[in-house]
Amino acid sequence: MSATLDLTGRQRSAATQPTPAAPASRRSPMFRRALRTASIALFVAAWQLAVYYRLSLGIVTFANVPSPADAIPALWDLLHSPKLPMHLAASLTRVLAGFCAAAVVGVGLGLAIGRYRALEDILLPPLEVLRPIPAVAWIPLAILMFPSSELSMMFITFIGALFPILLNTIHGVEAVDPRLVATARGLGTGTLSLYTEVVLPGAAPSIFTGLSIGMGTAWFCLVTAEMIAGQYGIGYFTWESYTLQNYADIVVGMALIGVLGMGSSLLVKRIGTALTPWYRLRGARQ
Amino acid sequence: MRALTIEVGPPHARFAALDTLDIDIAPGEFVCVLGPSGCGKSTLLGAIAGHVAATRGEIVVDDLAVDRPHPERGIVFQQHTLFPWKRVIDNVAFGLKMKGISASERRQQAAELLSLVGLAGFESHYPAQLSGGMQQRVEIARVLINRPRILLMDEPFGALDAQTRRMMQALLLDIWAKIHTTVVFVTHDIDEALFLGDRILMLSQRPARLVADIAVPLARPRTDDSTTEAAFVEIKRRCLALLRDAG
Repeated sequence: MSATLDLTGRQRSAATQPTPAAPASRRSPMFRRALRTASIALFVAAWQLAVYYRLSLGIVTFANVPSPADAIPALWDLLHSPKLPMHLAASLTRVLAGFCAAAVVGVGLGLAIGRYRALEDILLPPLEVLRPIPAVAWIPLAILMFPSSELSMMFITFIGALFPILLNTIHGVEAVDPRLVATARGLGTGTLSLYTEVVLPGAAPSIFTGLSIGMGTAWFCLVTAEMIAGQYGIGYFTWESYTLQNYADIVVGMALIGVLGMGSSLLVKRIGTALTPWYRLRGARQ
Repeated sequence: MRALTIEVGPPHARFAALDTLDIDIAPGEFVCVLGPSGCGKSTLLGAIAGHVAATRGEIVVDDLAVDRPHPERGIVFQQHTLFPWKRVIDNVAFGLKMKGISASERRQQAAELLSLVGLAGFESHYPAQLSGGMQQRVEIARVLINRPRILLMDEPFGALDAQTRRMMQALLLDIWAKIHTTVVFVTHDIDEALFLGDRILMLSQRPARLVADIAVPLARPRTDDSTTEAAFVEIKRRCLALLRDAG
């Protein structure tokens, strides 16, 4: 019996010790952050130099490209413009609407397709055919299919977000350990409970990866979407700047979309990590 | 089970894993199934659990034929199948959740079972944070919460180190003394089988037939001293001889 207590004691203390990786990595995140910031600064500096010296490499030329020196005042103007909130609101609405619709459809379909071979055979082929079609090519159809231009734009962001979400969900569902499903069955789990208790949590890490990627691609499709119509939207602003030959504003618009896209994608990823705490522990015991 | 024959394998290469087995197990018995590697012990256990369908013959537990998995026939494998996304307490309480029992009620029962297996205090941990032995204990608790009529164990301590294995064997006997469910324990380790069981069923090489049905008359509760008794060594010698002939 004393042998039992000893073992339990040893195992208990081992389980409550912090993971040994923590102290060593405390130094590196700051270093890594500094490295990343320096890398971006270097990129901007190189860009400025390329334009200043009108760098021409034969195939590509920087002579007509707006430089950071042009873009930064343009950015300043935009940030102080009274139209900015309206641009942002319009774009955010379209992206979020498209993304949420894609999340519902993508995760829903993915859960069904991942589990049932028959559904995979019926639904996946047409979806795979539609997948490579770029957002631009969807514009005429979107205009024809939807009564309002707002809906057409939301459809474009929806299509952009749908496929990463769908495919990652399918992958996640298929990767659920069949032994876990068998065990759940053996413990008396019905079909619906199987989904909520086993399949969904098991596929959750993959699903969140898909959602994060989908959020990014929804933003990338935004310029395309907002070419359709409208007066507001960051994508519209970018496209309008091109037609009005305000090249600095194009760069500003692109940068803004990039930042917003990356930011919201990271946000989704963070939410995912918060909701799947067990996933981070996977390597804890090794 | 009566005249149990099971064939397994892909359609183009079917073979008989178990051949015409006829076994009776009394309630509350601790039965160990021994046999050479690959002889079909796991298939037998899978059949009693309801995972594997019988080609011929039948298995009857409490006058009900076995045809699908059921919480009444709990099964524990060598590798745990705990849900990594649930905390220990929720893993253990899962069976009751499926029966529709309220959260506070089932958590309480789960906590009792966890202290029975010696893991009180680990309720909020995730399975990944536990050692192999602890994970197996959670697995056992999870199966026991359904008060199964029969507990099936497929080399559950095979992946553990020798010290943990001895501790787990003692723990298992301790739990069994309190709960008194029927146990069918598959192993290839003779010492383990003799230490744990009331009765040893020896299977032959594939297709497995029942080679011997040996009673283990050693007194309970079993201790480390039991393993050095004369009776123990005698039966062990017999089993070794049978294993040598069988495999």
